[in-house]
Amino acid sequence: MHRKTIHEIRDLLRKKEVTAVEVTENSLKRINEIDDKLGAFVSIEADKALEAAREVDKKLQAGETLPDLAGIPMALKDNMCMKGTISTCSSRMMEGFLSPYDATVVERLKANGAVIVGKANMDEFAMGSSTETSAFKLTKNPYDLERVPGGSSGGSAASVAAGEVYYSLGSDTGGSIRQPASLCGLVGFKPTYGRVSRYGLVAFASSLDQIGPFTKDVEDCAIVMNTLAGHDPMDSTSAKVEVPDYTKFLTKDIRGMRIGMPKEYFGEGVPEDMRKCMMEAIDVLKSLGAEIKEISLPLSEYALAVYYILASSEASSNLARFDGIRYGYRAKEFTDAIDIYVKSRTEGFGDEVKRRIMLGTYALSAGYYDAYYKKALRVRTRIINEYKEAFKEVDVIVSPTSPSVAFKFGEKTANPLEMYLSDIYTVPVNIAGVPGVSVPAGFIKGLPAGLQFIGNYFEEGTLLKVAHAFEQATDHHKVRPTI
Amino acid sequence: MKYEAIIGLEVHVELATKTKMYCSCTTEFGGDTNNHCCPVCLGLPGSLPVLNKEAVNYAIKAGLALNCTINKETYMARKNYFYPDCPKNYQITQDETPLCTDGYIEVAGEDGEKKIRIHRIHIEEDTGKGFHRVDGSYYDFNRAGVPLIEIVSSPDMRTPQEAKEYLEKLKAILQYVGVSDCKMEEGSLRCDANVSIRPEGSEEFGVKVEIKNMNSFRAVEKAIEYEIKRQIKAVENGEDIVQETRRWDESRLETVSMRSKEHAHDYRYFPDADIISLSVDDEWINRVKESLPELPEQKKTRYVKELGLPEYDAMILTMSKSLAAFFEACVAEGGNPKEVSNWMMGELLRTLNDKMLEIDDVKFRPADLVKLIELINKGTISGTIAKKVFKEMFETGNNPEKIVEEKGMVQVSDEGAIIEIINKVLDENPQSVIDFKNGKTKAMAL
Ligand SMILES: [Zn+2]
Repeated sequence: MHRKTIHEIRDLLRKKEVTAVEVTENSLKRINEIDDKLGAFVSIEADKALEAAREVDKKLQAGETLPDLAGIPMALKDNMCMKGTISTCSSRMMEGFLSPYDATVVERLKANGAVIVGKANMDEFAMGSSTETSAFKLTKNPYDLERVPGGSSGGSAASVAAGEVYYSLGSDTGGSIRQPASLCGLVGFKPTYGRVSRYGLVAFASSLDQIGPFTKDVEDCAIVMNTLAGHDPMDSTSAKVEVPDYTKFLTKDIRGMRIGMPKEYFGEGVPEDMRKCMMEAIDVLKSLGAEIKEISLPLSEYALAVYYILASSEASSNLARFDGIRYGYRAKEFTDAIDIYVKSRTEGFGDEVKRRIMLGTYALSAGYYDAYYKKALRVRTRIINEYKEAFKEVDVIVSPTSPSVAFKFGEKTANPLEMYLSDIYTVPVNIAGVPGVSVPAGFIKGLPAGLQFIGNYFEEGTLLKVAHAFEQATDHHKVRPTI
Repeated sequence: MKYEAIIGLEVHVELATKTKMYCSCTTEFGGDTNNHCCPVCLGLPGSLPVLNKEAVNYAIKAGLALNCTINKETYMARKNYFYPDCPKNYQITQDETPLCTDGYIEVAGEDGEKKIRIHRIHIEEDTGKGFHRVDGSYYDFNRAGVPLIEIVSSPDMRTPQEAKEYLEKLKAILQYVGVSDCKMEEGSLRCDANVSIRPEGSEEFGVKVEIKNMNSFRAVEKAIEYEIKRQIKAVENGEDIVQETRRWDESRLETVSMRSKEHAHDYRYFPDADIISLSVDDEWINRVKESLPELPEQKKTRYVKELGLPEYDAMILTMSKSLAAFFEACVAEGGNPKEVSNWMMGELLRTLNDKMLEIDDVKFRPADLVKLIELINKGTISGTIAKKVFKEMFETGNNPEKIVEEKGMVQVSDEGAIIEIINKVLDENPQSVIDFKNGKTKAMAL
């Protein structure tokens, strides 16, 4: 059962061939069996999950037609607040933080009868591309336990790929959904900035963060997006743009669709086996009747630099509230308030988080602000314009999701820059604020590789349409790891 | 050498909105500790601020009343600093794009009317409050997130009196338009002063010192006065003025150094991406403009032109919204403006001053004052008696007719009635009549 998709389980529930409690118990059993070696979860909420499942069964028994997600087990990345549960962001700094409120996405999930079974491991405060910066544990790639699942939403990705849950939510600031989806053979969706409410998502970089789903196929992705998307009065950056039924876009017909191939995304940085994989994928798109156009996005090469200045600057301020005074970790011994701050933060934050706080603090400091932060903002505006121009020529843009497949633990931890390069194709999408999706595009030496589609603002539907057409023309999404 | 002082004021005013700046918690004063709070104003992880439109309305109102330009495109910024009363360890405020700029207030000044320019007004949030006890420090976040505006003047004031006058005028205007109750004692109006000196005739500015912790208008005046003297003395002794922040010590009546510029914060201001930038269009501005009540200057002109009051009376009566409201209520009750003004400027304000009370503390109604004047005009009581009646009114809140009747303070002018009363008194006091006839003058006291 754990190999099935949301829509398959939904149909079984509706046909009363299984109950939500059975599905949930099965999920919990699977977690129990494999999570010791997989390490996808930092906490499990079995009682709450079973209670939610029982509610769904009651309604099903009463003959009610329930939403698509009702009764289906899922996982939240541990940076999303859920009332009465601990949120850690995989950091010691948030030790014992019991949220008194639900994130808007959690509210929406609950209203749709979702069964939230637990919180998934992540890079500390979502800073990383391998989930190795988690203060608690390593999450393994279900395809090869010696390798990383990607990050920062590595736990969310691994939990779905390994069949512990049927879908999960992650957050994507520079590729943190798409890159692990690529490395774990899943569909990972980063909506347009403002499409999904950020209320209740512990902020890393406010102007870049977006919540999105991990699913086994595109249809599942459309189903979850139907629940997540929409304006939220609690988040003033959430857009008042109408939400269509995303499943209506899944027509498989992409004849005449203009797909842009930015030459900068297929340049020297792409290893030969990855390039081969991508070119095969593009041939599939051609065979479906899409028109492939070479385009140029020359400013993309600055996106990573812009990203590390803006994201770190925002993070340095967003993470200031973790000071040991009101909640979270507090140093055992201290002399005064300043001492609480210094000791608690020194002991509570990991190296990568400290690195970014320092980087951001520096970029915002008097005398450096104009040269770094302001300049980065100006380049960001130009990157946005470059994307806007590109979407006058093409309907979607295609690229590899990541330059590489899953790498081994420790392979890139010694050199932060090398780790940062994992996100080179995903970061520009966050900088521009447009939507992006990674879909399974094949395997390189037995490890999944993802193809990224990038869409115009609020054109999630078009993006899902092309991703679905591609997926349905291939078999990559049907492969499951053997764990 | 003669020195000239350069004074600028930074005034924080709490806006009288029902809810906080970025969440829907109440702004009500008091309440149990940490009871007017939510995830947003407590800065809990994941929470997001949403700008209170009503607070923006109030700030625009203040800006228009203070003759400012309203800036149509502005954004909120973060001011980063670590302090336990600041739940996010940054304050959401405005930096490069204040909502209002380039206004002014007119004050009387020593050499006639003078414009004090207002450099900027921006919107921001208040912090919580710390309590330090023997067993540790405690924080109450009920005030955290209460909407504030900061009104920064240009360094246009030259004397402590001008500074006090500016503040009084500012308070009056803000109360008029109803954006704040401006109670310095409750902290809904706070004032910091920047003071420097320079030789008279010089164009250059001296080193500026910031003064904090002044808890009344009088304290502002006193502190500035002290600081000017201190700086002059220092310069005359050949010392350098240090750029620093000083605290007014009310008990010692002096300013005390708090921190020097080297210890100044780098607040690392940058745009707050959690709040979309604020666009105010002409329609919005016009809507607020139309909702503005008559301002003190306009009222003053009207009192002079339409009600025939002397310039000085009109100025005094329009000093506070409540005072003007009392005056207008009296006129509405049929009182003669000049007579009402005389009573208010004389007896009423003097009594209030003596008793350190405000017009809002007056117990009798405007109609009662009009009635009192009527009693004089009809000849029922004399001016001297009226003052006694007024005193009684002020103390008890009773209406003048009742007081006059109960105390028998009638001035009678009808001759027949007087004789009747005399006869009645004489009849009731036969012994006195006999005493009087026997030459004892004490009976006259009747
Ligand atoms: Zn609140």
